[in-house]
Amino acid sequence: MTEVKRRRRARGGGGDGAPVVPDAKFSSYYGRPVLKAAPWEKDIPAYLFLGGLAAGSSLLAAGADVTNRPALRRSGRLGALGAITLSLAALVHDLGKPSRFLNMLRVAKPTSPMSMGTWILSLYGPAAGVAGAAELVALAPRWIDRLLPRWARWLLTVLSTPAGLSAAAIAPAVASYTSVLLADTATPSWHEARRELPFVFVGSAAAASGGLGLLAAPLAEAGPARRLAVTGAVAELAVSSRMERSMGLAAEPLHQGTAGTLIRASRALTATGALGALAGSRSRVVSAISGAALLAGSACTRFGIFEAGQASARDPKYTVVPQRNRIDAAQ
Amino acid sequence: MTELFGPDPSVASSAGWADPPPRKGFFTDTSVCIGCKACEVACKEWNGVPDDGFNLLGSSYDNTGALGASTWRHVAFIEQPRRSGNEQQFFSELPVGPSATDALNRAGDAALSGDRSALGTNTEAVAIQAVPPTELPESGEPRDEIRWLMSSDVCKHCTHAACLDVCPTGSLFRTEFGTVVVQDDICNGCGYCIPACPFGVIDRRTGDPGTKNVGIAQKCTLCYDRLESGHLPACAQACPTESIQFGDLDELRVRAQARVDALHEAGVSSARLYLDDPNDGIGGAGAFFLLQDDPEVYGLPPDPVVTTRDLPQMWQQAGLAAVSLLAGAVAAFVGRKR
Repeated sequence: MTEVKRRRRARGGGGDGAPVVPDAKFSSYYGRPVLKAAPWEKDIPAYLFLGGLAAGSSLLAAGADVTNRPALRRSGRLGALGAITLSLAALVHDLGKPSRFLNMLRVAKPTSPMSMGTWILSLYGPAAGVAGAAELVALAPRWIDRLLPRWARWLLTVLSTPAGLSAAAIAPAVASYTSVLLADTATPSWHEARRELPFVFVGSAAAASGGLGLLAAPLAEAGPARRLAVTGAVAELAVSSRMERSMGLAAEPLHQGTAGTLIRASRALTATGALGALAGSRSRVVSAISGAALLAGSACTRFGIFEAGQASARDPKYTVVPQRNRIDAAQ
Repeated sequence: MTELFGPDPSVASSAGWADPPPRKGFFTDTSVCIGCKACEVACKEWNGVPDDGFNLLGSSYDNTGALGASTWRHVAFIEQPRRSGNEQQFFSELPVGPSATDALNRAGDAALSGDRSALGTNTEAVAIQAVPPTELPESGEPRDEIRWLMSSDVCKHCTHAACLDVCPTGSLFRTEFGTVVVQDDICNGCGYCIPACPFGVIDRRTGDPGTKNVGIAQKCTLCYDRLESGHLPACAQACPTESIQFGDLDELRVRAQARVDALHEAGVSSARLYLDDPNDGIGGAGAFFLLQDDPEVYGLPPDPVVTTRDLPQMWQQAGLAAVSLLAGAVAAFVGRKR
């Protein structure tokens, strides 16, 4: 009776690489996606990485400030400033109408993670900016220094610690809200990750910022960065595998195609970086290489999860099969 | 304050409208759709929606593809080797042998390459190669089991609209008629509404810089301008078979139930209502449908749930994760010297 239907069902397979679960049979409209994938370019996964890096760096910098580790403080504040500046540029660039960026500040909506994120960044950005600027001014050659009025230099010096501590206070929200940004969509591989994704993201942020600390700070001051990096990497790896088990069919895109390659790279880089960070506490070179691996691993995590979600939106299988199963189970 | 989930008998009041008119909506009865696409044309004409590409998609008579930024009504065509009800064979000189439909569809599929997800929204993404030859099996059996499903899809104007919930600028809003509309002069094209929609309806308009509303989110407004002046939406006005019915949602639901009962009585057991139930995952739709097969056959999700139903849980998890990060950072500094 349903030759056409069977044909359409058969087309559900899709994807490359070995499927984790057997191909599900389902109907679709000429194999077309039910959902639309987010129109976001590489800007958004880049922001997910940079935002996490900035947040973790602000935490490290504040701790270093309080415990008198000037080199770690400097690398943290400068890392946060650089990462958050690039983040804002990426976020504005990704808008369909960048000139209307300020419309983000029209409302404050708890039901919109992007609105909440805008306000979080509006608080965090200036604080991280002042702390970072204080470090920049301190590093700048004398002739640039002279261009600044004396009161401005004085203000930066006075404000650097309060600003750095404020940035650190907001930083955890900066690192974790981005998981809700992805999960609060109909995109199957993002929404189904909603329970664990915040922990994966803060783990990834800790690993990345710890990695930057290991890369930039001397051994004598890098202890906290090392501990944060290893803790973050272990948390990320552990929660990721738990997340995949809880996602059902929506976990499949994490293992296929571009996303699969990125996730595998992220696992390898994060694990290697964590081991190197543990083993290399007496070697500046090993520490630096481990730090770079952790940074790259965090970036791969963000790009991998981003791509997996996009792939899950493009294939009707991930929309139709779980919903159909839900209906069948209820009957 | 609007609830995130469950039935809402007065969605406009919940959104802050004082003394709103009855909620308006569409009942699209696909059993009388003849696939004329007058709705697609009327919508484009009235709303000044630019073209969405001039494609041959190889999917029956559907060369529109899907709803999108420049497609606010989309007529789906499905050909099935199945009887639609208790129709009789009235003519003796009918074609015999299996239908060519399936073989032709397969050939059409083989001829398409590229990113099919962009069908209907990106004319460059899909290339059509030479159509391979089709071989039809021969048999003298009479052919009596074929039915066409045609359905005009549209924005559902959900009771709990994820696009509206996640919009960070307040561009998307709930009108006094209970519909969901983009304010073109406010949207900054962040694109968040697009992955939030459980139906893949709303999209960001692409095109040359001169294109109307390029770069911002666009979708059906349920002809907000026409409603305000007491007119029917353009698609409902143009529909020659009253497959698209516009009116007060409460009344449409009663009418739809009567229609589905009548069809069941007439032997069309496959008729069923879709998105009419206020207890479903989106709190019921403002635009609901009478379908004759599973929703996924029409490209519709079988059991959509608004993503923001889970938002309190998500914020809670994110809060716990944030506290964990803070604790981890503090712990990294506590105790040891190095």
